[in-house]
Amino acid sequence: MTKVKRQTQGSTQTGSGLGAKLSLNKRIHSLVMRPDRLAGNVFLLPAVWVILSLAIFPLIISLYLSFSSFRFVKGGFELKFVGLANYEKLLTGTEKTRFLGVLANPSIFGWLVFIIIAVLLVISLVLYIRRGQLSAGGLFWRGLAAFVIGLVAWLLVRAIGPDGRPGTLIVTLIYVFIGILFQFLLGLGLAFLTAQSIPGRRFFRIVFFIPMMITPVGIAYLFRMLTDTTKGPFTVIWKMVGLIGFSWVNHPWGARAAVMLGDIWQWTPFMFILLLAALESQPIETFEAAIVDGASKWQIFRYISLPHILPVSVTIILIRMIEAFKIVDIPNVLTNGGPGTASESLALQSYMYWRALDLGGSSSVSYMLLITVTLVCMCYFNLIHRAVKENI
Amino acid sequence: MKKPFRRKSIFSPSPAAMVLSYLVLGIWTLVVLFPLYWYIVTSIKLPIQVIRGPFYLPFVDFQPSLHAWRYIFTDLRNDTLRPYFNTVVISLISSTLALLIGMAAAYGLLRFNYRPRSGAILMFIGCIVLVIVAISLGMPWMLAVIAGIVLFIILLQTIGRRFKRSLGNNDIAFWMISTRILPPVVIVIPLYVLFQRIGLLDTKTALIITYLAVSLPIVVWLMRDYFTTIPIELEESATVDGASRYRIFFSIVLPLSAPGLVATFLLILVFNWNEYLLALFLTSSRAQTLPLTVAAQNATRGPQWWYMSVLILIMIIPVIAIAIVLERYIARGLLVGAVKE
Repeated sequence: MTKVKRQTQGSTQTGSGLGAKLSLNKRIHSLVMRPDRLAGNVFLLPAVWVILSLAIFPLIISLYLSFSSFRFVKGGFELKFVGLANYEKLLTGTEKTRFLGVLANPSIFGWLVFIIIAVLLVISLVLYIRRGQLSAGGLFWRGLAAFVIGLVAWLLVRAIGPDGRPGTLIVTLIYVFIGILFQFLLGLGLAFLTAQSIPGRRFFRIVFFIPMMITPVGIAYLFRMLTDTTKGPFTVIWKMVGLIGFSWVNHPWGARAAVMLGDIWQWTPFMFILLLAALESQPIETFEAAIVDGASKWQIFRYISLPHILPVSVTIILIRMIEAFKIVDIPNVLTNGGPGTASESLALQSYMYWRALDLGGSSSVSYMLLITVTLVCMCYFNLIHRAVKENI
Repeated sequence: MKKPFRRKSIFSPSPAAMVLSYLVLGIWTLVVLFPLYWYIVTSIKLPIQVIRGPFYLPFVDFQPSLHAWRYIFTDLRNDTLRPYFNTVVISLISSTLALLIGMAAAYGLLRFNYRPRSGAILMFIGCIVLVIVAISLGMPWMLAVIAGIVLFIILLQTIGRRFKRSLGNNDIAFWMISTRILPPVVIVIPLYVLFQRIGLLDTKTALIITYLAVSLPIVVWLMRDYFTTIPIELEESATVDGASRYRIFFSIVLPLSAPGLVATFLLILVFNWNEYLLALFLTSSRAQTLPLTVAAQNATRGPQWWYMSVLILIMIIPVIAIAIVLERYIARGLLVGAVKE
């Protein structure tokens, strides 16, 4: 180990000597174009084969299921092709209020919010076009992102107003965005605090990781205990604020808040541990140089730490987004999706259909989820992820 | 070589900042540990003490009893220990494999240019669809798979050469992560059929393969980002010195990204450790894992909080132990002095 390291250090000298002659781009190019093509395949192909053999198959089968109706008959099951019927049911038919919600005309405040968002989107698009670095891809993804955000805002103001009622699609979006916002900010703050050299930081690091170690079903039951206003540990507090007869799970926003609390508690460690690893892998020289030059704490954060953790940050937000859209255990156990279907997520809706043996309905909800997540993630990936990667 | 993780951190806070830090850290510790405490007291309560209302302190509020612990370890005994053993074996093997395969792929995606032709991919998907249709029409599956592969190779050699458009590394990465988008509820039915056909249902192998495939995309994405932060100069100088790609990967890149490796491993380990829905379908008795045992405590008489608490407590102990062992590697120091401009 020591030997390797010394060797590396010695050879770094030659490397940077050489590096001074060539531009960075050329050097990367020369490294990439090294003629061991075989190595590239050895590195990548095992992963591709594993994912390919297990992921494509379910994807196609469930796509077919979403176009069919499934039922058990004597000695087996029967699949009947029904075309788009399952999707029609969700978007215009009997399941519309469950999936999309009750869409009322927005209130004046709702209109105001929507108009502000629309104006902002148009302004950002115009600014992008006038900046003069137009590219077909950039314009396409910006346009799509603006459209998706506008559509979501329009659904939101219509469903959240006094007469509306949000369906599973909107509730899921709310869970995802509010949850991730809090998880990221909390995780980032805690990672910074435990990256300091303070006594006991190893203790904190391990303790903060604990919520993720508990199985999601267990966490769901835990929050059922904690949010109980008569037998739970916080009964004293509920009594003090006069909530003794109140049940979280009987109030739509109470139930949603309880679900989000559980989700945030469970997933903050995810952000925490990955951001901590990113912070801890920063090269130390830059810090020392910055401190010698008299940089303030804020400057160190803004110009050294932040650029270093940005690539990891955008990736973990993407991964977390994909996982968060599938939230199912907590609403299932904690509120059972209730009251009514107020706290139901898309994945839970799919699960409910599936439990009722409506495999076609279950698959079609999942495909709607797939479409939503893909749209959101593609916009995110092509705008934010790429921009961050290229600027680093 | 000095032990890297003993080195002091870069941020040394002032006393005032220190007090504030401890305040915040203390609050969050309470937020995290209180639920854990509640599990512990619930596990030593009698059912009546749970149902009658909140009791906080053993010996003061209520008389503790070990009935739940006794039930789990003596009455259930093998029904606890076998799932326990299964969980350990399955999650350790699948996470280690996922880390090995995934980090190689991540490095490949970062340092090589891949150009899969889009025509070939379309033909591949077409062949899979044909195979599935053939199987559902009653063709023996072995025959259908072989016919599909042959058809794919023939197509690739003939028409495939005409398609010039190709995809890049980012597309491969995005495809990998996109396999995680579908909720487990829908992927589990096809998987069930698949494993039933090849006779792997209710075996540890089936779960290991599934968890491996499920956690690979996460490893690839996370490790790609941790590898990005390694200065490319190091690899170049090693190339100049004549080190092979594999040597560079194993003796330079991996040691330098130890914090990321450990964090990623811990993460997928807990994912696989706690996975519920896939295990529910792919196992029945022999390969059952612990999350199923926890969920089974929600009996017809309502949730058996006390048994559940015991199970959850014994479930997190090994993970905490692993985290304590591995945490020291999520610490700075290895990169110190590696690059001298």
